[in-house]
Amino acid sequence: MLEQCIFAGFGGQGTLLIGKFLACAGLMEGKEVTWLPSYGPEMRGGTANCSVVVSDRPIAAPVVTAPNSVIAMNLPSLLKFEHTVKPGGTLIINSSLTNAKSSRDDLRVAYVPATEIAEKVGNPKGANVVILGAYLAMNPEIVAIDTIIEAMKEELGPRKMKFLDGNIKALHAGIDYVKNT
Amino acid sequence: MAKKLMKGSEAIAEAAIRNGCRFFFGYPITPQTEIPEYFSERMFEEEVHGCFLQAESEIAAINMVYGAASTGVRAMTSSSSPGISLKQEGISSLCAAELPCLIFNIMRGGPGIGSIQAGQGDYFQAVKGGGHGDYNMITFAPSSVQETINCIGQAFPLAEKYRMPVMICADGIIAQMMEPVELPEMQPYEVDPAEKPWAATGWDPKNPVGERANVTSLYVETEQLDVLSARLQGRYAIIRETEPQWEAYNMENAEIVVTAFGTIARIAKSVIDELKDEGINVGMLRPITIWPFPYDAVREAATQPGVKAVLDVEMNAGQMLEDVKLAINGAQNVDFFGHCGSHLPTVDEIREKILSMREE
Amino acid sequence: MAIEYKQTQLLTDVPRHYCPGCGHGIIHRLVAEAIDELDAGAKAVGVSPVGCSVFANNYFNFDMVNALHGRAPAVGTGIKRARPDALVFTYQGDGDLASIGAAEVVHAAMRGEKITTIFVNNAIYGMTGGQMAPTTLVGQKTATSPNGRDADWCGSPIRICEMLSTLEGAYYIARVALDTPAHINQAKKTIKQAFKYQLEGKGYCLIEVLSTCPTNWGMSPVEAMDWLSENMIAYYPLGVFKDKGAM
Repeated sequence: MLEQCIFAGFGGQGTLLIGKFLACAGLMEGKEVTWLPSYGPEMRGGTANCSVVVSDRPIAAPVVTAPNSVIAMNLPSLLKFEHTVKPGGTLIINSSLTNAKSSRDDLRVAYVPATEIAEKVGNPKGANVVILGAYLAMNPEIVAIDTIIEAMKEELGPRKMKFLDGNIKALHAGIDYVKNT
Repeated sequence: MAKKLMKGSEAIAEAAIRNGCRFFFGYPITPQTEIPEYFSERMFEEEVHGCFLQAESEIAAINMVYGAASTGVRAMTSSSSPGISLKQEGISSLCAAELPCLIFNIMRGGPGIGSIQAGQGDYFQAVKGGGHGDYNMITFAPSSVQETINCIGQAFPLAEKYRMPVMICADGIIAQMMEPVELPEMQPYEVDPAEKPWAATGWDPKNPVGERANVTSLYVETEQLDVLSARLQGRYAIIRETEPQWEAYNMENAEIVVTAFGTIARIAKSVIDELKDEGINVGMLRPITIWPFPYDAVREAATQPGVKAVLDVEMNAGQMLEDVKLAINGAQNVDFFGHCGSHLPTVDEIREKILSMREE
Repeated sequence: MAIEYKQTQLLTDVPRHYCPGCGHGIIHRLVAEAIDELDAGAKAVGVSPVGCSVFANNYFNFDMVNALHGRAPAVGTGIKRARPDALVFTYQGDGDLASIGAAEVVHAAMRGEKITTIFVNNAIYGMTGGQMAPTTLVGQKTATSPNGRDADWCGSPIRICEMLSTLEGAYYIARVALDTPAHINQAKKTIKQAFKYQLEGKGYCLIEVLSTCPTNWGMSPVEAMDWLSENMIAYYPLGVFKDKGAM
């Protein structure tokens, strides 16, 4: 298994954080992982993205240029990364923020109204975790849901533990949305 | 010990502390600023009880390191390419005054202010003497966060053994990425005046024991400077002989050998893995120390039976290439692929280059 | 009572390279005697500069560290932070401190580094052969101002004590001179006070010593002393500019 994915969105959407959840969960399951954020001018002007690699074998390049999966939290991210996804790969679009449709017919595409779903479960800031849930539902072989919850505990730490329950609800809401559509 | 997911820059600072470094002087510059940020909190924790000071400039920072190192403590600074340029006079001085310390260059794209993305354009500056005079310093070029930690573990003992600064040239990707790491246990470090008789640890002129410390890089008489030069060059000869480190990867039945260092070597490794799955054997010789450069290892890899060509890949216009060619000395064809600045060579580009070399 | 003149053990017994009439010899002695009287030789670390006093490492008989041009306050900072109990001083000339090292001295003072700076102002670059310094007086002829310093072209000389006194971190800032025995006695007292403050753990202290450079001024040693009295003190008034210990 070699999963190379890009999580992309605006700064403040928690895009880098869900990438960390995935990397941390991979490590907890004994896999090799890397997490590489964009930084500097790339971040200014609002876009933030990270490349996450999860693998059974030692990871050579941490830099992802041809991902298996792209999570686009907004339109600029979709425009930037849609064409880079490998054929047969996963593309998840946050349809709360854009009505754009994918122009690729060789991908597994999901349109997830993440903000609305997050609001519905009472965690309006949890759109990022909704999307992570959707991603895991479409790619169940990467890491187990229970491990992601453990990873969230680890990454949130004691200071932010109060956000855990809301995030677990958002995660399941994302998973359920994909399963039911 | 369980592995922990850690950002490169934070792992660097923590590893330095665990290896006894209690003195850090630095100045903000992207993409290494998280190193001073980490120290600024950690140094003041009970368990560490060290000194973090934000200097007024990179120049001041390297000279603060010079002052602290004069007293024998383990001291460190970090910066990124333009900041390292500012430190060069200090680095030359540290070498001449024979002061051990650790200097991190989190390389970014140049020349000039350049970009703040990862770069490899400082190879010449690090290994061919970026400052003035005939000096060298042991220089590591790690390619992962864990390897960077391991290099830090070697850096202070080597710096003290050879009485010289040690540089670690990592890049923006290593500093910014998170990888699972295993950190060493906390090792305290106490200055032992018997072990470091040259250090300014206090000397009583009224009750003199041994000689007072006289830390200097000034040798006005040619004859005196000759003595220093002979001592330094003698040390360098031993280091060239005994300290080169490298990784040989997939060298069995290799028909092409890639040379690369740091992060770029990892991208090349991805290509090698892909090609291996397709039945094409490409090997890699990756210097871990870029000074001393592993000349013998590169020559042996390049001239191994079955090898038809060498491809050097770098994120610059071909700097290590010169050392690769020196090592091979005409005994093998050497080709180059790279981009300058922060333009990262991609897996596809390297792959295409290797395939085109096979057709020649 | 017989008065015996003896050199302090805090100076080495080697020939000095300074020119006849140069102030460095006097200042070295004042510094060494002050430290000796405070019984602090065993904890002293001097930081020598680049300039004529680059050889101070050979003349002070305790731990010495030589710094790059202008960087002595940064080097002193590193030493003091690593060895808080040491008596750390930098010994710097006007080119070293007020020109290339202006940033380092300002920031050491700003941080209130618990070190002492002996700032030797003789209004010229000595070691390189008499070029214009930031403290060269208006109209003064040097190798790089052969027609006299022109204030319109390169500004008026910098008054370091007055400037540094404005910084909160500066604890004791004073200017003294070497032109008369009374002034030399005052200089010794002032330097000693600065070291005393450091031993008490107080903040940054700087003593500016107005000194002579007969060779590069093109004067005899006596003429140089007179020139100092008449011209330098007029522009650089003597006195204590800041003394937090007396406040």
